[in-house]
Amino acid sequence: MGTNRREFLKSTGKFVLLTSAAALAWDFLEAGTPEAAPNYKLQEHWWAFAVDIEKCIGCGNCVRACKTENNVPLEPYFFRTWVERYHVPKGDIEHPEVDSPNGGYDGFPARYQPGDGSKNFFVPKLCNHCSHSPCTQVCPVGATFESPDGAVLVDKTYCLGCRYCVQACPYGCRFIDPRTMTVDKCSLCYHRITKGLTTACCESCPTGARMLGDLKNPKDPMHEFLRIHKILVLKPQMATGAKLYYNGLDGSVR
Amino acid sequence: MESMIHGVEGFMYPNEIELQWSILIVLYPYITGLVAGAFILASLERVFNVEAVKPTYRLALLTALAFLLVAPLPLQLHLGHPERAFEMFLTPHTTSAMAMFGFVYLWYLMAVLVLEIWLDYRKDIVLMARGSTGRMRQLYRAMALWSDNLSERSLEIDDKVGRFITLVGVPSAFLLHGYVGFIFGSIKANPWWSTPVMPVVFLFSAMVSGIALVMLVYMVACVFRGTVIDMRCLDTIARYLLYTFIIDFALEMLDLIHRIYESDESFKTLDFMVHTQLYFPHIIVQIVLGTILPIGLLGLVQLMSLSEHQRKGFYATAGVLTLIGIFAMRWNVVIGGQLFSKSFLGYTTYKLDFATREGLLPAIIILILPFIILWVLVKLLPPWTQQEPAA
Repeated sequence: MGTNRREFLKSTGKFVLLTSAAALAWDFLEAGTPEAAPNYKLQEHWWAFAVDIEKCIGCGNCVRACKTENNVPLEPYFFRTWVERYHVPKGDIEHPEVDSPNGGYDGFPARYQPGDGSKNFFVPKLCNHCSHSPCTQVCPVGATFESPDGAVLVDKTYCLGCRYCVQACPYGCRFIDPRTMTVDKCSLCYHRITKGLTTACCESCPTGARMLGDLKNPKDPMHEFLRIHKILVLKPQMATGAKLYYNGLDGSVR
Repeated sequence: MESMIHGVEGFMYPNEIELQWSILIVLYPYITGLVAGAFILASLERVFNVEAVKPTYRLALLTALAFLLVAPLPLQLHLGHPERAFEMFLTPHTTSAMAMFGFVYLWYLMAVLVLEIWLDYRKDIVLMARGSTGRMRQLYRAMALWSDNLSERSLEIDDKVGRFITLVGVPSAFLLHGYVGFIFGSIKANPWWSTPVMPVVFLFSAMVSGIALVMLVYMVACVFRGTVIDMRCLDTIARYLLYTFIIDFALEMLDLIHRIYESDESFKTLDFMVHTQLYFPHIIVQIVLGTILPIGLLGLVQLMSLSEHQRKGFYATAGVLTLIGIFAMRWNVVIGGQLFSKSFLGYTTYKLDFATREGLLPAIIILILPFIILWVLVKLLPPWTQQEPAA
C-alpha cells in the first residue's frame, strides 16, 4: 500500500480545499510545464545550437528540410531558418554584399568569380534561443516563453498576433504565419529533440556545419566544439544571452 | 545590389520584407496622444486655475473621451486574433509594456475621464432629467444613476472629489502617453525607436496635438453655433500650444543632434532613409510644415500686434498644420522604424492598401469616428451651458 498518512492528508486536504478540477490544475502547476514526451525531463536539458561557418557550403538542404518538417509557408519571406551569402570585397568588412535568394531554399546561383580578391562565405541563421530573450519579454500574454530546457517556444493557441515580438527580435527570426495569423519561429524541432532525435536541419546538413547541443549533458560534443574554436554570437552588444554559437563568424556579419 | 523581391533595396533578413505594423498602429499613438493632450489642457483650468481656458474645459474633456473610446479600435483591428485580446487582462505578462496598456487604458477611461466628466456634469444631468420627458428623461435619470440629489452638500462633494480626480488625472494622462512612447522606446532591437527620450517626446507631442485639436474644435463649434469666440481663451490656448511646441521641438532636435553626433552603427542607414524614403514625410511634412511653420505662426502672434481676425486665421492654420505634423511624426516613428533592415544593409517599402482590414479606408473611418462620438456627446451633455463668452 503506497499511501501513508502524510500523503493521505495531503491529497484529502487538496480535495477538500479545492475542487477536483482545481486540484488537478494545482498538480500541473507544481509539476511545471507538462512534459512533452514521457521520458523527457525539462530540467535535465539546456539546449544550444552551433554553426561552423567554415563547413557550410550553401546547399540549402537545411532550409528545405526545415520547411518540410515544420510545415513552414513556402513564400520567400517566411523562414524558421535561412542561409545568407556574404561577399566581402577586399576585406572591407563594413560594406559586405549580402544576398539570400529565397532564403537559400533553392541553393545559391553562382555569382562571384574565384580569385577576385574577395572573401565569400555562407551564414546559416535561425532563432538564437536567447536566455534573456527580448521577444518573450514583450509578449503581452506570455504566449511565447523560454522553456526551462532553454528553447524559446510559442503557444500558438494563445498568441494574439500583435507582432510585438517580431519587432523585438534583433535577428529577424520571427514571422507571422499567414494561415494561422500567429507568430512562428524555429522551435529547435521540439517535437523531435524531446524524443531523442536531432533537428531536421542538423539531420540533413551534408557537412556537419550545424550542431544541436545539450549543455547539461557533460558528454555532449558541443562542449568540445565551444572549447576548441573561437566562438562568437550574432550582435553580442544586444546582450540577449544568445545560444546560437558560431565558429568562423566574420566581423562583417550582422 | 538588386533584390529578387519587389520593393526591397539591398539586403533584408527574409522575414523582415513584410512590414508588421501598418497605418492602424500609426493611428494608435496619434489618437491616444490627442486624448492625453486634450485632458491636460482641461486640467489647466481645474488644477492650475487658469481661468481664461474655462470655456474649453468641458469641451476638452468630451473630446478626450470621444477619442479615448476609439483608441483601442485600431489595435483590435490589427490583431491576428482579436478574439483573444481579452487574455491581456486575464493573464497579463508583466514584463510586457503592451500588456499594461489595457490596465492603463481602463484606469484612465473609467477612473479618471468618465468619473471626472460625470462629477462635473452631475448637476446638469439631474437638471436635464427634471426638464425632459419620455425616453430622454429615462436616459438622463440613468446617467445620474437615478439620483435626484442637488443639495448644497452633495454639490460640494462633487467639486471636491472632482478636483481630487483631476489631480490624479494629470499624472495618469502623462502615464498613458508616456507609456505609449515606452512601447517603442524600449525596443533595443530597433535603433530608430530605442531611445530613452521617446516617452518624453511622445508626451510633449501628445500635448501639442491635443491642445491644437481642442483649439480647432472650439473654433469650429463657435462658427457652427454662431457664437463669438472668446479671444482671451483662444489667445491663452495658442500661447500654451506655442510653449509646449517649443519644448517638443527642442526634445526632438536634441534626439536628432545626439544621433548625428554619436553616429553609431545604425546612423548611416537611418541617415540614408531620412534623405530618401522618409525625406518627404519627415523633413518636409513633420519638421518644416508641421513644426517650424506653426511655431513660426504662433510666435509671430506673440511678437506682432495682429487684429482679432488675423489671429484667428493664424491659429486655425497653425492648428491644422500641427495636427498634420504630429500625424507625420507618428507615421515616421511607426512606419519609418520598419523600413530598414536590422542588418543595416537594406530597405523595404510600405504598401498602403485601400479597402482592406489594415488599409486606408478603415484608418479614415477610425479617424472620423471620434468626431461623430463627440457630436453625440456634445448633444447629450452640452458643454456650453455655464456662461457664454460676452459678445
